[in-house]
Amino acid sequence: MFKRLAEAGAAVAITVDGKRVECRAGDTVAAALIAADIDHCRTTPVTGAPRAPYCLMGVCFECLVSVDGVGSRQGCLVPVREGMAVETQIGKREAGR
Amino acid sequence: MNASDLSPAYDLVVIGGGPAGLAAAALAARAGLSTVLFDENPGVGGQIYRAIASSPVKDRAILGEDYWAGVELAAEAGASGASIVTGATVWSLDPSRLVGVSIAGKARLIQAGRVIIATGSLERPFPIPGWTLPGVMSAGGAQTLLKAQGLVPGGRSVMAGGGPLLWLLAAQILRAGGKIDAILDTTPRVNWLRALGHLPDFVLSPYFSKGLRLLREVRARVRVIRVDRLEAVGDDKLREVVFAAGDAEWRMPADLLLLHRGVVPNVNLATAAGVAHAWNERQLCFEPVLDEDFNSSVAGIAVAGDGAGIAGGTAAAERGRIAAIAAVRALKPEAAVPDLQTIRQNLQREAMGRAFLDALNRPAVSFRQPQGDTIVCRCEEVTAKQVRDTADLGCEGPNQMKAFLRCGMGPCQGRLCGLTVTELIAAQRGTTPAEVGYYRLRPPVKPITLSELASLPITEVERKAVER
Amino acid sequence: MAASDYDVAVVGGGLVGVATAWGLAREGCRVVVLDEGDRAVRASRGNFALVWVQSKGLGLPEYAGWTIRSSNAWGGFAQTLKEETGLDVSFQRPGGFHLALSEKELEARATILKRLHNQPGIVDYKTEIMERSQVAKMLPDIGPEVVGGSFCPLDGHVNSLRLFRTLHTAIKARGVTYLPSHRVETITKDGGEFRLGTVQGEIRAGKVALAAGNANMRLAPMVGLEAPMRPERGQIVVTERLRPFLNHPVVTLRQTDEGTVMIGDSKEESIDPAGLTLGVSATEAERAVRQFPLLANVNVVRTWSAIRVMTQDGFPIYDESETHPGAFTVCCHSGVTLAANHALAVAPMIARGALEKSLVAPFSARRFHVQAAG
Repeated sequence: MFKRLAEAGAAVAITVDGKRVECRAGDTVAAALIAADIDHCRTTPVTGAPRAPYCLMGVCFECLVSVDGVGSRQGCLVPVREGMAVETQIGKREAGR
Repeated sequence: MNASDLSPAYDLVVIGGGPAGLAAAALAARAGLSTVLFDENPGVGGQIYRAIASSPVKDRAILGEDYWAGVELAAEAGASGASIVTGATVWSLDPSRLVGVSIAGKARLIQAGRVIIATGSLERPFPIPGWTLPGVMSAGGAQTLLKAQGLVPGGRSVMAGGGPLLWLLAAQILRAGGKIDAILDTTPRVNWLRALGHLPDFVLSPYFSKGLRLLREVRARVRVIRVDRLEAVGDDKLREVVFAAGDAEWRMPADLLLLHRGVVPNVNLATAAGVAHAWNERQLCFEPVLDEDFNSSVAGIAVAGDGAGIAGGTAAAERGRIAAIAAVRALKPEAAVPDLQTIRQNLQREAMGRAFLDALNRPAVSFRQPQGDTIVCRCEEVTAKQVRDTADLGCEGPNQMKAFLRCGMGPCQGRLCGLTVTELIAAQRGTTPAEVGYYRLRPPVKPITLSELASLPITEVERKAVER
Repeated sequence: MAASDYDVAVVGGGLVGVATAWGLAREGCRVVVLDEGDRAVRASRGNFALVWVQSKGLGLPEYAGWTIRSSNAWGGFAQTLKEETGLDVSFQRPGGFHLALSEKELEARATILKRLHNQPGIVDYKTEIMERSQVAKMLPDIGPEVVGGSFCPLDGHVNSLRLFRTLHTAIKARGVTYLPSHRVETITKDGGEFRLGTVQGEIRAGKVALAAGNANMRLAPMVGLEAPMRPERGQIVVTERLRPFLNHPVVTLRQTDEGTVMIGDSKEESIDPAGLTLGVSATEAERAVRQFPLLANVNVVRTWSAIRVMTQDGFPIYDESETHPGAFTVCCHSGVTLAANHALAVAPMIARGALEKSLVAPFSARRFHVQAAG
């Protein structure tokens, strides 16, 4: 869906649902998912519909994902870090995770 | 900076690091106020100057000179002595100017002598059928991806809506080598007639020549189709965009649909702080009631930038300066400040041409007041029909509506449904949005964890109110 | 509005008012509900949604029996509403807990329960003090600081916001006229009927039922009744939606059918509905995390404060006017718990025109004078 301009930052690797995803320094988690062509980042807690990042500026809460074991993080506000473990969030969040 | 590194109190707390916040913090800190600026993003700049210090887009022509004007603003703030804290989410503000902020999962309460809310604008909700599908994104979101990460649409991409930002983004995407298959212009034809009266003023404004150049640049390379119906269609993600003008309907396969039709003030924090708001019929949104120094109805709390009513990035910086001068005069009257009249004149100049843009870009009723199963509240998946039916039940306003349907109760706290719900109730009741009103908002205006909330200071009286 | 257009005017469109209105409509009455607007101070949008029995009745043993009657009727009430509207208010009665975070709290709890159940004439119902290990069998996620609690099998909960919507849907379907933004300013009796003056004109009805919460204090004297109230503020913290983890409601913490966790319940003297005290929310959050540590990093999405409808002694007031026959008060704190009674017991009495002494005599406001004299 999106392609990267040549000048992007240094390579950083994270995992998404256990799979390695290459991204760049300066990416947020939401941007990294989009750049990797990952269709959706969560399913809703109401009907289970798939959702993807929408506003990328912290207001819509569509990009909620689990980051390093903590659920419901706004992916567009969290910069990627080497080795970060991102998981898509399926339906309602599990308490304690 | 960690939450524990913050001082317990500052003369001035500025919330938001876009042009208004940066300019305000720079001026106030230079005048000697102890100043802290909080922004929840990884870097300052707000939306207009997003990633101004870190953008991988090095070819200045792609984003344009208006973008790069932000470099100086950010540098001034950085050198001013203000503490600039990014990754800091303000989730509470009360009338006593106690500011609740979270940094890296730790919450603090900070006492402010004065507060300038500079939380800017957000894109007006655009509730068309299918707008929740993956593959449908706000144009502002795509612009953030370009500015901050150097990502441009590369697949089958369609843009739809109207307003200056849509055209600017289209030009930026094209300059960056991105791909746009079509622009679906939802501007009603009648808007051109309505805007005509404001044309002389517009022609004299800087928007005129810039706007014309942008339109020419984009129209030369992308097919522009005027539409009055629009739908995103897909199962688990966007497959095609369906649009119609009059009786003719087209279907266009697409991977990406970028929606935009203007911006509106982000009122959540100011509303939760108790700031009085009023309906602006020209811009179809609620905005805070402010005096000429941008002071709100709550003592010591000002709102500057587009959060004070939409006026654009350059005006935002001037408004931030005016609000900062008011803060300096209140707390440190002896300090030297820049000449207020010059700033007011600059601001006045920026207002030229806005009436034309507002009239031209006023979204059609059909795109503001959806029908049937179109989702209005994305978080709680509440449809237009549910809102309309519940209004018919005698539900007069958004607060009873929220109780009945949960619209506005999800994590976004009404940011993406509030205006739609208000307008739908007004339409259904045959009254005005001003009469219907808006959601009553309460802290936290952004979610914090239960343990962050639990970590806040508790007085004996407060404890006894619970432990009985 | 022509005279006698309505048999009964219900003043108040909250849970007490609409439950009563629904019950009246079922009795064949032509009913109008007069309500305030969207920004009304409204306990029905701020309550904790328990259908609760344990602890009820200390100081007025008949209140325990009245509460249990409603609790027992609730299942059928919810089922009828579902049949009429298609909406499920998610009533559940799995039994509920009070949790103690110290031996002192547990002792205090045991003392209260002993005093409650030792009262002469109180209906026999079971509330059990449980050790930590017993509680843990039913609530496996409790934290190490929980020393025990009390459990009552009659306790339950409901989705009270959906109940509110369901009752509004149900009264509309039954032809009740609902008039929002009709705050009642005056009530007079003229000839055989009541005239209710509102900002939007006069409404006439044969009878009037005052179900306006704390505003009953203002309205009741207009028809020779009284409703001594002492409103208080409560605050609630609500989390994001979570997968089900809690099988029983706790008096201060429950998981809704939608997945959110509601955490309460504070009592403050302030009656400013806009005010919110962060330290109170913090205390509630702190206790919630100690009770259920797995909630520590769950997101809070909302907090709110609401004004409790509270009579001066905390017990309901049901009265009929001697000077203005046909005027009634229906006034209580527990609009959710007692909704079944209001719909199925109180409304029929009002429809017939007289309260049954055997059922509600102990709840007359006359009790305040007896106490004052004594």
